[in-house]
Amino acid sequence: MRVELEIWRQDGPSEPGRFETHLIDDATPEMSLLELLDRLNDQLAEQGIEPIQFESDCREGICGACGVTVNDRPHGPVPKTPSCRQHLRAFGQVTTLRIEPLRSAGFPVIRDLVVDRSALDRLIQAGGHIDVLTGTAPDADAMLVGHEDAEAALDFAACIGCGACVAACPNGAAHLFAGAKLAHLGLLPHGEQERGRRSKAVVDQLDTEFGPCSSYGECVEVCPAGIPLTAVAAVHKERLRGLFRGRAD
Amino acid sequence: MPGLDARLPEGDPLTAWDRRRADYRLVSPANRRKFTVIVVGTGLAGAGAAAALGELGYRVECFTFHDAPRRAHSVAAHGGINAARARKVDGDSIARFVVDTVKGGDFRGREADVVRLATESVRVIDHLQAIGTPFAREYGGQLATRSFGGVQVSRTYYSRGQTGQQLQIAAAQALLRQVERGSVRLHTRTEMLDLIVADNRAQGIVTRNLVTGEITAHPAHAVVLATGGYGSVYFHSTLAMNSNATATWRAHRRGALFASPSFVQFHPTALPVSSHWQSKTTLMSESLRNDGRIWVPSTAGDDRPPNDIPESERDYYLERRYPAYGNLTPRDIASRAARTEIEAGRGVGPLQNSVYLDFRDAIERLGRDTIASRYGNLFEMYYDATGEDPYTVPMRIAPGAHFTMGGLWSDYDQMTTIDGLFVGGEAGSNYHGANRLGANSLLSACVDGWFTLPFSVPNYLAGVGASTELIAPDAPEVTEAIAAVRNRADTLLANNGTRRPATFHRELGEILYRGCGVSRSDTGLRTARDEVRALREEFWADVKVAGAADRLNQELEKAGRVADFLELAELMIDDALDRTESCGAHFRAEYATDEGEARRNDEQWANVSAWETTPEGQHIRHLESLRFDLVPLQVRDYR
Repeated sequence: MRVELEIWRQDGPSEPGRFETHLIDDATPEMSLLELLDRLNDQLAEQGIEPIQFESDCREGICGACGVTVNDRPHGPVPKTPSCRQHLRAFGQVTTLRIEPLRSAGFPVIRDLVVDRSALDRLIQAGGHIDVLTGTAPDADAMLVGHEDAEAALDFAACIGCGACVAACPNGAAHLFAGAKLAHLGLLPHGEQERGRRSKAVVDQLDTEFGPCSSYGECVEVCPAGIPLTAVAAVHKERLRGLFRGRAD
Repeated sequence: MPGLDARLPEGDPLTAWDRRRADYRLVSPANRRKFTVIVVGTGLAGAGAAAALGELGYRVECFTFHDAPRRAHSVAAHGGINAARARKVDGDSIARFVVDTVKGGDFRGREADVVRLATESVRVIDHLQAIGTPFAREYGGQLATRSFGGVQVSRTYYSRGQTGQQLQIAAAQALLRQVERGSVRLHTRTEMLDLIVADNRAQGIVTRNLVTGEITAHPAHAVVLATGGYGSVYFHSTLAMNSNATATWRAHRRGALFASPSFVQFHPTALPVSSHWQSKTTLMSESLRNDGRIWVPSTAGDDRPPNDIPESERDYYLERRYPAYGNLTPRDIASRAARTEIEAGRGVGPLQNSVYLDFRDAIERLGRDTIASRYGNLFEMYYDATGEDPYTVPMRIAPGAHFTMGGLWSDYDQMTTIDGLFVGGEAGSNYHGANRLGANSLLSACVDGWFTLPFSVPNYLAGVGASTELIAPDAPEVTEAIAAVRNRADTLLANNGTRRPATFHRELGEILYRGCGVSRSDTGLRTARDEVRALREEFWADVKVAGAADRLNQELEKAGRVADFLELAELMIDDALDRTESCGAHFRAEYATDEGEARRNDEQWANVSAWETTPEGQHIRHLESLRFDLVPLQVRDYR
């Protein structure tokens, strides 16, 4: 099949970008979006054009490294699916693809389709962790966790950190990401003692680096890990809980 | 040539690790901040070691080529993590774990290290749970476990089918906690390209900043490599696109011996290659073999759709050949049997390179809902990748390069043959012998990172002494290493060639699958060696690296990694040729029983081959002899 690609090129963080148009004549329905880019890059190399830089790693949808915008949708036209698992056969009649980096003020472009998502890690760094020194943990069997709590924690912990939620948000908010972390850790007994301190640190960092949430819910539509909108509620809940208690926990 | 000394503790093997820890020298808290330790890699081994050493008060510099520590490939492991906690009454124990792992590795791993692995496995679960892993729980709130291949007890802890991801996220969090506290400095998008060795000690690394292209030397008192395995040398593998061997290979070229390079595990349930542009052979969990039945048509070349082939014309070859274990034979045996069928022309699919994994009978017996609840996400993933519905059409699977048991040789303290250079996780080589058991890889990475290196690295540093200065930036060894890295990048960029680096990688993978894959032979290996040498020459003559050195350039990154793969591949082949026996995943056609089963040669080969590569590229083999005090040598028999 024949696919027309309008693709973003940008030489560096401070240089202006532009769209380039390329045709691929021998695309196949089995190809993933990223394999289509692999194909394109081989073609570009043959034409003496520098290949397009884009990120990907596991190509199984778990590492969160990949992510491009396709026809204005983060990750691509198939909902809740990472770019590496978007296959052309699922695109229907669409054969013209406009491919750009994930777009958000919090994600500056490094080159072509590669963006800097380190703001997400700064959020985790600020407080998205549990303060337990190596070797000091109590017996994990002695701390009971209900089956349902463990499963619910896992629903939130499934976040792959791709940043599509931020790119999908008209405000550039990262509430789905931050809330998934707060909900994940809040459901487990370890680290309960620092719950208030943790949520204040994460929420402060969230306010510093990302936009406000207006509950549009666009984030949920693109999330490859299926993080539920209740994660956003967890941000507000944890924020208020921390404010009222006014202590580490 | 004198044998290698792994510096094993003397005496009772089951308590050896306690004694060794008691013997380790310590560094006083006030002196710890005077030591700089470099950790390369942020997977379970790297993040664990960096976090733990940071907690102890050492100055840690941690490097990853990823944009974030969470992306390390530990994230992709599915099934679980073994631990010999032995809480249930199913007969598990430390000793049982050691038997399973040593026997599973076909007696080519180091028993003493496996005892440490088993001993520390207990608190690995405690720690990983405490730092945020939501392990599966029973309704009473206790940790849940499941069974995995090659064992008869239930000791695998898990978080759905995403255990690696959950452990990795917890590990990355713990690492970032230390970054926040200032005890660890994290360098993302920074790739190690050389090791600095001076006075016979590892004293730092040379890196390239992948965004700016800047090449920098980082001095240290000790260096830990936790950079993963090299299965991606096969091009199509279950590894991530960026997984590579450059850090370990560069360390090898600086003098660290490389152990058992030919010991590569092929996972029997990977997706087959179906088209030229398919970028990887995605792993389907081993757990599928609990309910799926593996078969091929009895007649070669039978190209009817699978559901049109009557029962009498199907060969359930694992059930036929291994009635005791059936579809749950260990990975090496299942992979080899599949390869035998495919080579006999009975392979299925458009390229006739796969076998069926059929759930028809299980769905009939248990109902579609039960199968969906067990494997729903895997079926979905399969449908995603292939467009075929495994509820109605059998899956197609094929052996795919997966885990490398080989890696840098290290002694019992995880120190390589270069003083001050330590190794952790899949980059190392000591636990798994010639075949790794499922759910032991996450464990070995965690044990190395959290509960071995934080003891053994300080022991080494205590010997170095707190007054020892870091190597000077203008020391000849530093300037030489920087120049070597720069020259290599310049040579690659200036080469007047025509082919992209990735095309050489693809060709190398084809050579290796053919000649040094699931089954090897003397002639096949010799042919492969000639082909690899020719390809390497062609690479340096004809590689074309587009772009510039001073910015993000994935072509340049790839070129350096492929150049190292082309050297490593030859060593893998030499090791496979040299080892004139079959053991675990290393199967030599000449060394098989009349029934086609592997024939080990313990007289000659109960040892580890650890290789040196001279500056001219000659390979010299050193041997470490293995001793088994707890597990008597025996033949694996799964029939």
